[in-house]
Amino acid sequence: MKKRSREPDNRRRIRFPNPIQVIGGIFAALFLSMSVYLCHYAYTNRQVMMSNSYNTRQKILVEQNVRGDILSRDGTILAHSATGADGKEIREYPFANLFSHVIGFATKGKSGVEALENYYLLRSDISLSEKARYTDEEQKYPGDVVTTSLDIGLQQTAYKALAAYRGAIVATDVRTGEILAMVSKPDFDPNEIDQIWGDLVAAGEGDSRLVNRVTQGIYPPGSTFKIITALEYIRENPTTYRNFRFRCGGHFTHDGETIHCFHGESHGDVDFYKAFQKSCNSSFANIGVSLDHAAFAATLKELRFGEEMPLELPYTKSRAAIDVNTADGDVMQLSIGQGTTAMTPMHLNMITQAIANGGVMLAPRIILSVDSADGKNIRQSDVQEIGRVMSGEEAQILTEMMTLVVNGGTGKRLEGLAYQAAGKTGSAEFNSQQKTESHAWFTGFAPAEDPRIAVTVIVEEAGGGGEYAVPMAKRMFDAFFGL
Amino acid sequence: MKLYLMEIARIGGALLMALYAILSFVTLCYRTEKKRMWIYVTQAILMAFIQFALFLQMIVKTGDMTYLFFFAFQAIIILATIVMHRLIYPDGNLLIVNNMCLLLMISMAVLTRLSGNQAIRQFIIVVASIIVALCVPALIHHFRKLPDLQWVYAIAGLIPLLVVLILGSAINGSNINYSIGGLTFQPSEFVKIIFVFYVAAALARTDDFLSIVAPSLIAALYVAILVLSRDLGAGLIFYVAFLLMLYIARDRIIWLFLGTGMGAAACVAAYRMFPHVRNRVAAFLDPWSAIEGAGYQVAQSLFGISLGGPFGLGLYGGKPEAIPFVGKDFIFSAISEELGMVFSISLLAVCLSTGLMILTISGRIRDPFYRLLTAGFGVIYLFQVFLTVGGGTKFIPLTGVTLPLVSYGGSSVLSTILMFGILQGVMLIRADEHRDAVERLMNDREAYERVRRERQKRQTERSAREEVLREVVMDAADTVKDMIHEKEE
Repeated sequence: MKKRSREPDNRRRIRFPNPIQVIGGIFAALFLSMSVYLCHYAYTNRQVMMSNSYNTRQKILVEQNVRGDILSRDGTILAHSATGADGKEIREYPFANLFSHVIGFATKGKSGVEALENYYLLRSDISLSEKARYTDEEQKYPGDVVTTSLDIGLQQTAYKALAAYRGAIVATDVRTGEILAMVSKPDFDPNEIDQIWGDLVAAGEGDSRLVNRVTQGIYPPGSTFKIITALEYIRENPTTYRNFRFRCGGHFTHDGETIHCFHGESHGDVDFYKAFQKSCNSSFANIGVSLDHAAFAATLKELRFGEEMPLELPYTKSRAAIDVNTADGDVMQLSIGQGTTAMTPMHLNMITQAIANGGVMLAPRIILSVDSADGKNIRQSDVQEIGRVMSGEEAQILTEMMTLVVNGGTGKRLEGLAYQAAGKTGSAEFNSQQKTESHAWFTGFAPAEDPRIAVTVIVEEAGGGGEYAVPMAKRMFDAFFGL
Repeated sequence: MKLYLMEIARIGGALLMALYAILSFVTLCYRTEKKRMWIYVTQAILMAFIQFALFLQMIVKTGDMTYLFFFAFQAIIILATIVMHRLIYPDGNLLIVNNMCLLLMISMAVLTRLSGNQAIRQFIIVVASIIVALCVPALIHHFRKLPDLQWVYAIAGLIPLLVVLILGSAINGSNINYSIGGLTFQPSEFVKIIFVFYVAAALARTDDFLSIVAPSLIAALYVAILVLSRDLGAGLIFYVAFLLMLYIARDRIIWLFLGTGMGAAACVAAYRMFPHVRNRVAAFLDPWSAIEGAGYQVAQSLFGISLGGPFGLGLYGGKPEAIPFVGKDFIFSAISEELGMVFSISLLAVCLSTGLMILTISGRIRDPFYRLLTAGFGVIYLFQVFLTVGGGTKFIPLTGVTLPLVSYGGSSVLSTILMFGILQGVMLIRADEHRDAVERLMNDREAYERVRRERQKRQTERSAREEVLREVVMDAADTVKDMIHEKEE
């Protein structure tokens, strides 16, 4: 009897709430999630949406604020908006061509930092009392100020070093990932962008003047890629890589494919270090065919080949592909950075920076901070680790090898200076029909024992990396160390 | 000075609105209108300040003092509406009246900013609707035959829909309106009310399985006609209203699951059949790549909302006119852009509290017809708000329905005000039920004691279905208790 009277009671307690409560609850949950979604979406996408060319609301901010200044790391003005005699705003770039790609331009679709930080440059976050003052004076509010990591001295050095060559130079701080200099040539004067726009676009394919070659230019890496081949060989033969021996007769033939050393030079008997030091193509082609395809592919993926890059500026993905079916001939080409392999100078610089930083890759950064015109900090950028791409030991071995390149190897023009540099040259053949033409590469860092700056240089169609790219890198290191 | 005034009006307006919204939810915690009175008074005062803040923004921004005239005129109308309701229908629900006035007020301010001509037109319709709606509760209260007219409703609703289907003029790819003497009607707005009457009447009286078949077929017919007229938004609202009313009437969760499944299947079918549905889904998934076509409205809406930030750009500070049909389908985005997210989400909260209040009222009516009718209105109201706000913010695909009371559109505002009038009528019927119950308990002390005991038990134990039906008696017991207390003192 007792049991029976209890049953309905239990059933009652686990009953569903009545339908009206259920429906009320569902709607409350829907409304709540809709509100959260709305706030989240509007906030996280605000910068992208502001820069969308269909967003006519940019005009609201343009009418209200003067576009903010862009500064170098020491606070020198790189871009500034002045009001002309006719009341129209003019964007001025005091250094003209010097920062053409990296700072970019603010009309004609925007590029460089002007596009990257458009959201903040358009806004004004000055205090209300300041706004009131400007309103009383019937002036527009000053936009937020963007401070970049660029060093004017290094930028000028890089600019002069490249001279009339086409190519690119990028220098980064090894410990922070800050970009100190970024030069791409041919260049243009952003002050005259409106006048020269027609010509630039018409020239189009020809000299790709608007392309920032540091992040968007994609080149065969040539011998600089041997850094990666060497890394993979060390990984697969951690105890025996020192035992590698090869007799170089100027070329290496395997499976019907022949690889020649640069200018057909024959290096004689070489070990692993010497092959790297002298940049012996035959040795590395030989190393290449011994590598495990799947493991190599994994290393390439880890180094971000064919992957998205943690870059703020627009970039091209690098490509270096290998899988289990790749023919030996293609692997040989890959091992010496030829064939379909292609990289951006920025990517090579990131790998160099990782070696210099003991194996930890940092995201390259161009923006140090955004502040309101009256000095309030709006955004601060911090060191951003991408992750460890090689062990400390591997980085150490590569540093030793790259030091050898400078000390008596292909990079000997950097030898015997006040600082010990480490690096790798490259002479990348870019046209299989005319084997003589090559891009000159150098990527390296200094000082080798306690690295601070990583520099990557590419000079298009110049010739050997040792003769053309290394001296430019030397000028960058000299300038950095104040020599 | 101007700048400071603008900041105060912007941020102050948004914060007052948030406070108003919070108070709206507080009302749901009290059971009787008497206990809620302090909230209603506070809300009315807040409303005046909010409206002042909105007009202050317009005056500061444009320097045009004639807006003061609009402000005074609207304030008088709103005050009159609240006072009249209180005086004529002391048994009505003032939260619904307050919220209705607040939403209309915001609508007037925003429409004035968007288009002066539209605002004046809308204002005239609103005033006329309020006057008409003042008579509605008395009519509902008087005609007690309403629950028995199910076939009258079924046919009365079908005729205008069929006329639209056959003669309708095409706008926006949907045949949804027709004109009489220069005035454009959107019949589905009114048929919505009749449809709820029909479903309530059909489901209220009988409880066998067969009684579900006839209403289901009729509802399917309605939805089919709307779909053929390419008014898919209205079709969806009708379907959801029927489904949820069926669930409330039968209290079987299976109907909810079954109906949702069928609805989902129908949506997939619509997606396959109609190219404009596919476009809208594509624009919802990625408005950015469809920005030159179907995604344009949503993209512009998101631009505005995003730039508005928490406190908005101020009235006349943004560019809501960049969104096509902003006054009708995207009024919520215009509010977000210029009055800010704090304001617009508070507005959403006010809408939610209105809907929940309607559902609460429904739960406390004894007569099954009026109970279902009220719940149906609550569901329709909430669902429509969800569709329009969700569509404009990329939370769900765009359906192109109006935000009740706030969007521009005569049919929409008139039908919503009428709907709220009917709800006030239902409140009168509930008051009668309440008085009957009080009388019975006063005369039967034994019954009173029994109910008191049950009432106390219920405060610790969650309610079950049959107890909901006795809500009136429970409330009556409370009232009797209060009366006894007063006597003793």
